[in-house]
Amino acid sequence: MQYEAVIGLEIHAQLLTDSKMFCGCSVKFGSEPNTQTCPVCIGMPGVLPVTNKNAIEYVIKTGLALNCTVSPYSRFARKNYFYPDLPKGYQISQYELPLCEGGYVEITEDSSIKKIKLTRIHLEEDAGKNIHDGAGNYSFVDLNRAGTPLMEIVTEPDIRNPQEAVEFMKKLRTILKYINVCDVNMEQGSFRCDANVSVRPVGQKEFGVKAEIKNMNSFKFIEKALEYEIKRQVKVLKEGGRIIQETRLWNTDRGITESMRSKEEAHDYRYFPEPDLVPVEVEPSWIERIKTQLVELPDSRLERFISQYGLPGHDAGLLTSERATAEWFEEAVKSGGDPKGVSNWMMGELLRLLNEDNKQMEECALKPGQLVGLLNLIESGVISGKIAKTVFEEMYKTGRDADVIVKKQGLIQVSDESAIEKVVDEVLKNNQKELERFKAGDEKLLGFFVGQIMKITKGKANPKIVNELLKKKLMEDN
Amino acid sequence: METYDLTISGALQAIGSGQLSPVELTKAVFKRIEAVEGKIKAFVTIAKESAIEQARSAEINIKKGVKGALAGIPMAVKDNLCTEGIRTTCSSKILEKFIPPYESTVTKKLKEQGYVLTGKTNLDEFAMGSSTENSAFGATRNPWDTGRIPGGSSGGSCAAVSAGECIAALGSDTGGSIRQPAALCGVVGLKPTYGRVSRYGLVAFASSLDQIGPITKDVRDSAILLNVISGHDLLDSTSAPVEVPDFVSVLGRDIKGMKIGIPKEFLIEGMDKEVDAFVRDAIKKLESLGAVPLEVSLPHTGYAVAAYYILATSEASSNLARYDGVKYGLRAEGRDLMDMYMQTRAKGFGSEVKRRIILGTYALSSGYYDAYYKKAQQIRTLIKKDFQRAFETVDVIATPTTPAPAFKLGEKTEDPLQMYLSDIFTISVNLAGVPGISIPCGFTSGNLPVGLQLIGKHFDEESILKIAYAYEQSTDWHKKRPKL
Repeated sequence: MQYEAVIGLEIHAQLLTDSKMFCGCSVKFGSEPNTQTCPVCIGMPGVLPVTNKNAIEYVIKTGLALNCTVSPYSRFARKNYFYPDLPKGYQISQYELPLCEGGYVEITEDSSIKKIKLTRIHLEEDAGKNIHDGAGNYSFVDLNRAGTPLMEIVTEPDIRNPQEAVEFMKKLRTILKYINVCDVNMEQGSFRCDANVSVRPVGQKEFGVKAEIKNMNSFKFIEKALEYEIKRQVKVLKEGGRIIQETRLWNTDRGITESMRSKEEAHDYRYFPEPDLVPVEVEPSWIERIKTQLVELPDSRLERFISQYGLPGHDAGLLTSERATAEWFEEAVKSGGDPKGVSNWMMGELLRLLNEDNKQMEECALKPGQLVGLLNLIESGVISGKIAKTVFEEMYKTGRDADVIVKKQGLIQVSDESAIEKVVDEVLKNNQKELERFKAGDEKLLGFFVGQIMKITKGKANPKIVNELLKKKLMEDN
Repeated sequence: METYDLTISGALQAIGSGQLSPVELTKAVFKRIEAVEGKIKAFVTIAKESAIEQARSAEINIKKGVKGALAGIPMAVKDNLCTEGIRTTCSSKILEKFIPPYESTVTKKLKEQGYVLTGKTNLDEFAMGSSTENSAFGATRNPWDTGRIPGGSSGGSCAAVSAGECIAALGSDTGGSIRQPAALCGVVGLKPTYGRVSRYGLVAFASSLDQIGPITKDVRDSAILLNVISGHDLLDSTSAPVEVPDFVSVLGRDIKGMKIGIPKEFLIEGMDKEVDAFVRDAIKKLESLGAVPLEVSLPHTGYAVAAYYILATSEASSNLARYDGVKYGLRAEGRDLMDMYMQTRAKGFGSEVKRRIILGTYALSSGYYDAYYKKAQQIRTLIKKDFQRAFETVDVIATPTTPAPAFKLGEKTEDPLQMYLSDIFTISVNLAGVPGISIPCGFTSGNLPVGLQLIGKHFDEESILKIAYAYEQSTDWHKKRPKL
């Protein structure tokens, strides 16, 4: 029997607010334990939460970017459970009335587009962190992270294989980064996901029993964990067994998922409306205002890059995958750069160099206008395309303008025919053997002569003139 | 009259005219505390040293011309209101040594007006109870008969005001915890509209019902204190952004033509005959002052106590989860994490608190939520609507505050349901979120105080204060003091 997987994701994204969800403490990552705390976020008696309006605004922004319906009226709820990193003994979250409902994300699969529907987006606070000492005698609690705003995005069970799950996560990451609500850092845990996985015979409508998979903190592990889990479930069913509803943890070292707790052991969170907070009322005018602040999203930007700049789909896709990259490109075009030329240089050189340095576009010292300066020098024949690559690397490293580098290093292209002719003559004279072979019909040697000429002129000879002169000389000699 | 028997307004007058200094007043109050506290046990913590210091600085400020509305007035504060640097126990072992690093909004406001904190008063543990017997630090006694309970949970504050151990006090009221002990101790207790006063720094029992209010010797003092503690607070999202009127300015206005609703559902079986008679007399008195009594109906009153004990315990089960031995307060040793949690909470909480945590946890559990919590919320909505409908025809509603005068210590400790019924007239007021005041309206043949409750519309404390004041002006009940 053939089986297919049914996957739904729950994504937690830490919001890029300056302060925590319900108090004024900073959310900076990596500070000394318990230095970013106050009576409110450590749950002292009698203190009360006050909602961070920016966090609500970020979720609305996300809802709009993901085609959701923003609820005019939503509520916070308490999720009750005991754990040392949860100072109040409950987490303030949302349950019955989330901030956003519905919505979808489009992913591309085998060049066709698939819509992954969303169930909801809600807002909650993060817990702190337990730290265990090496000897296992003591545990410590760091509450710096406690109360950090988290957005939970829940998908419908629309995903059918691990690759789709990864595609979805990549697309979501791009969008969240575009609208600047999350730094999408999977390593630091500011962007993480759990998956509900079940399998069923192909053609069956009902869902199978699901397992919840946790602890997948990279795209690679999402793919591996889901692949493993699907295989595991299919194997259990093929051997006549039954899937148990449970929570399983991905074990990176062993490359398997392991049972953490069964449904019977699952918490009863005893959700109820948070009485310390009034319901969140979102006026249509607030939504409108956020709408006007929303940047152009990657999908529409991609289409515009194709139609407006005549870029191939591949180029447009690459250039719009990060907001900063797309903005860099458009800035360069605005400064007078030819779109295709700018695109070629960005994809061929700039992104390669950034990648080598493991840097983000935001950290790039080179300004878009500087690339245009370089392109102009090539266009007007001041430097050759080959030299330009060297100049570009120098510009990237130093942030200096192209003409400054060209002048300082004497890289101006030689277009003086008599000067080049001398070199051509010299090369032909010094390479008699090759000349004879060329004349005997080995035309590939043309490149050899060009190379020799360029070597002597240190690449500065205008290649067009070199070619013309060389061909003329070779013909003459015939 | 003894100095410690002064009201806020009386003391301010004496201080203002130079007859009395804040230090003299404070010393007189502490002398009284030394004399009677052994019998009353109103306080968990007495703060004499800092009180004298505060009185001194009030004196200096007055000389400088800085006149706070409570400059030099010795007050007691219920021990579930956080006071920076002064331990705040909630009369629980679990917080026995807890010293808050922050000040509640209400006590901050009192400080800004120059009050003097005499000490933190006893309560039923975490405000759960109606007799102040559920305190980890011993029961408080009723100054009118020390063999009887003062009511609760603000029993310490009410007994302290009644016995002259302070000029006035603050309490908190979740189901009657200000009004019921005020009635049983013969003082004035006001529970403001939910949202009128910030709850920041009030250790939560049931967040959607808790409200802080004044406990005073007369109605004028109640208005003076309400003026100080009211108002929207950025630290409490449930405090209402509504304007605060001058509550003192309405006192003395004519009550002619004001309609007073008498709910027919409040004439319950088992009602004490003397209490019933005094309340009826009080209504007649109001009628003679020009008010118009009218029968009204609050048809869902019979469900109020049940709904209250679902909602309040549900919220409490969650509010008290933070006392887990991890961060502050009592921690008992345990074999592992779970055992530490269990030992800490077993040792730290008293039996009534445990009973309510269990009840609330049950009511919120999956599978029971709809039958209990949700149903109770629906009843709450109906009760709110009952009041709205009644207030379409009347300005205030009058009822007894309690069905009977103070009972004997230990009389109801074995019967929690009987104990819960002593709040039968006050609970629906918290569920509806409306304001209520209890004022003395008589003394039984056993010389025990009886309270009249006046209930107002949302954010209309003015009407109940106005009527309470008119009643008080035409009677002498509030002037009676217990002999100790």
